[in-house]
Amino acid sequence: MVTDSKEVFYGLYDDEEDLLVAVQRAKNAHLDIMDVYTPFPVHGLDPILGLSESRLHIAGFVYGATGTLTAFLFMTWVFTRDWPIIFGGKPYWSVPAFIPITFELTVLFAAIGMVVSFYTVCGLAPGVENPILDDRITDDKFCIAFQTNGFSSSEMNNLKGFFKSTGASKVSTKVI
Amino acid sequence: MSAVVSSIRNPLVTGNKSYHDITEDLCAPTEKAPGLQWVIGFILAITLFSFGAFCIIWTIWMGIGSWNLNRTINWGWDITNFVWWIGIGHAGTLISAILLLFRQKWRTGVNRAAEAMTIFAVMCAGLFPLIHMGRLWLAFFIFPYPNTRGPLWVNFNSPLLWDVFAISTYFTVSLLFWYTGLVPDFATVRDRASGVRKKIYNTLSFGWTGSAKHWQRWEYLSLVLAGIATPLVLSVHTIVSFDFATSVIPGWHTTIFPPYFVAGAIFSGFAMVLTLMLVARKVLNLKDYITVEHIESMNKIILLTGSIVGVAYLTELFVAWYSVYPYEQFAFFNRALGPYYWSYWGMMICNVITPQLFWSKKMRTSVFWTFFLSIIINVGMWFERFVIIATTLARDYIPSSWSYYVPTWVEIGIFIGTIGLFFVLFLIFTRVAPVVAIAEIKSILKSSGDQYVGKDAKHHSHPQPASAYDDSNGFLQYWDGNDSSHDSITILKSVSGEATSVVAEPTVLKASLKDDLKKVEGIGPKIEGLLNAAGINTFVDLANASVESIQGILNAAGSRYSTHNPGTWGRQAQMAADGKWDELKAWQDILDGGKE
Repeated sequence: MVTDSKEVFYGLYDDEEDLLVAVQRAKNAHLDIMDVYTPFPVHGLDPILGLSESRLHIAGFVYGATGTLTAFLFMTWVFTRDWPIIFGGKPYWSVPAFIPITFELTVLFAAIGMVVSFYTVCGLAPGVENPILDDRITDDKFCIAFQTNGFSSSEMNNLKGFFKSTGASKVSTKVI
Repeated sequence: MSAVVSSIRNPLVTGNKSYHDITEDLCAPTEKAPGLQWVIGFILAITLFSFGAFCIIWTIWMGIGSWNLNRTINWGWDITNFVWWIGIGHAGTLISAILLLFRQKWRTGVNRAAEAMTIFAVMCAGLFPLIHMGRLWLAFFIFPYPNTRGPLWVNFNSPLLWDVFAISTYFTVSLLFWYTGLVPDFATVRDRASGVRKKIYNTLSFGWTGSAKHWQRWEYLSLVLAGIATPLVLSVHTIVSFDFATSVIPGWHTTIFPPYFVAGAIFSGFAMVLTLMLVARKVLNLKDYITVEHIESMNKIILLTGSIVGVAYLTELFVAWYSVYPYEQFAFFNRALGPYYWSYWGMMICNVITPQLFWSKKMRTSVFWTFFLSIIINVGMWFERFVIIATTLARDYIPSSWSYYVPTWVEIGIFIGTIGLFFVLFLIFTRVAPVVAIAEIKSILKSSGDQYVGKDAKHHSHPQPASAYDDSNGFLQYWDGNDSSHDSITILKSVSGEATSVVAEPTVLKASLKDDLKKVEGIGPKIEGLLNAAGINTFVDLANASVESIQGILNAAGSRYSTHNPGTWGRQAQMAADGKWDELKAWQDILDGGKE
């Protein structure tokens, strides 16, 4: 990622179907899309855009397994090593009684871990001021953005033509 | 891209809304000054809450003796209210998690408010065990932390401790789930706001941008959270029921308690969702987003879970008789005919008879009756918990200890206070956050908006992207030697051997660029994307591809796709490429989802 300011040339579409067609065309024409911004998750966009599958669920499994082991091993340690007590004539290591808490901590660890990972990898946190290309992107516009640092005028014309022909309702540049 | 929805489905978003209309409608309550109804409701709720807070302080100051609990009756209104509130909380997670896994689109209209309700209800519930401890300032003793008393650990074998873990996990996970859903909507509010409001909502939205990769991760997160919240919600009331079921007290010591409690929880939770949403729908003007279809769907769940609860009540009676265990039998005689008979019959009428009225479509779709019956069900479910707790404890094994329990004003006051707290929080929520999930409503608009589905539909439910065919803007002219389709045009021209007329050119362009492969029955937007990615863009491409190679593409995309059978796609595509639309249509009518 470049730390310098980015010149961004972007176009807004009124409909997600137009967006999908436009992204497909941009890909066919080997245009280097910086990012696509939408007001809601547009299904079918990821494969066209070439986004790889998220690995968040794998992380979730690891966090969950950590929770399982933490809970189960901790209770085992407490009741067999640290302070063994007999409750209701049951064995010290009464596994069925450990199941509820083991399950709850599995879920708790998985949920907290995944949510924290999600915000971390997305770079989202309270106080983060991400540049917003257009106020309508979170409302009803679908945006394709190109980074145009050092683009020649013919390359810019290419992009303009692309937006015009794919039916973008608004095109603009912004330095972010 | 719109998902496949049967045309006989009723629309879930009415009023011919555009995306922008949805934003306007759903952001409006957070942007306007509150109306008179809200102010009155808020003052009332604050008043009730203040009285409850006073009663809690009274309890802590005077001691737990200010409640009418005694030697035998050690649980009274406190635990009744605790179980009642926890039960109400269950509908939120059911709607947002289980219905997400079942792909029920109607959940999008009510999930946000129901999840908020869950969080507030669990907060109210958690209050009761805490103050019942008597010494509230020692509440942290319930957590296993290293301490100077040994360290002496908590009893991990006790259902009361399981409760601590279950409820704190439930609260945390619900909060995370709810907030993650809210983040994109806070961004929507932010981008409409200015000044300080913009700053506040930017903080709340964590700087959300709507980037495609973020949305992808967001959907994964929602799906996996839903997956783990589903067993969680079932575990919570199961564990609450263990508080009773693992004891050896007649009437409590039954294996039916976990499923019966969970069904009852969902039953009461949906009743509360309906009570709240029918008011919110009117006051916040959400009739286009919470339609009669939503109300009917929820009433069907009430009918199902209410019937499960009814069967459970009868099963308890049967098992008491069948057990030939006199103490168990006495417990149930005592419930129906003993000193608390009124609560038992209140419970039976409210919970067993009321939901059966929803077999009638007229009742299910009537806003008035739904509202009325939802309140009756809430009352009935409160009675149920009271019956289980008070009647059982009032008649234990030693007749000399028998007594009759009546709550003091302090206990009643705390209950009223939690109702106040619940509504204070809910009313603030309606002003701060969009009550209906904006982004999720938008994502179902193309499949469930009334302009796309239902009797007034104007568009086909799969609107064709106009620009896919229309290349009259001359897009391709910009790509000199840069675009493979341009080459194919040149080839086609040279093959035809004569100067192609200008009129014919768009046809050639269209054929060479991209066809709508979704016209082929069995191919949806996702599969179309896969085929495009593999270089199959037109009907001709598809017709020329072998069945094996298409199956290979599907298999490579994972098990969700490999089950599709592309046997007929090539032949369908050939018909489409030849322009034999009528023939194709006739054949598709015979095909079952694209399969022969």
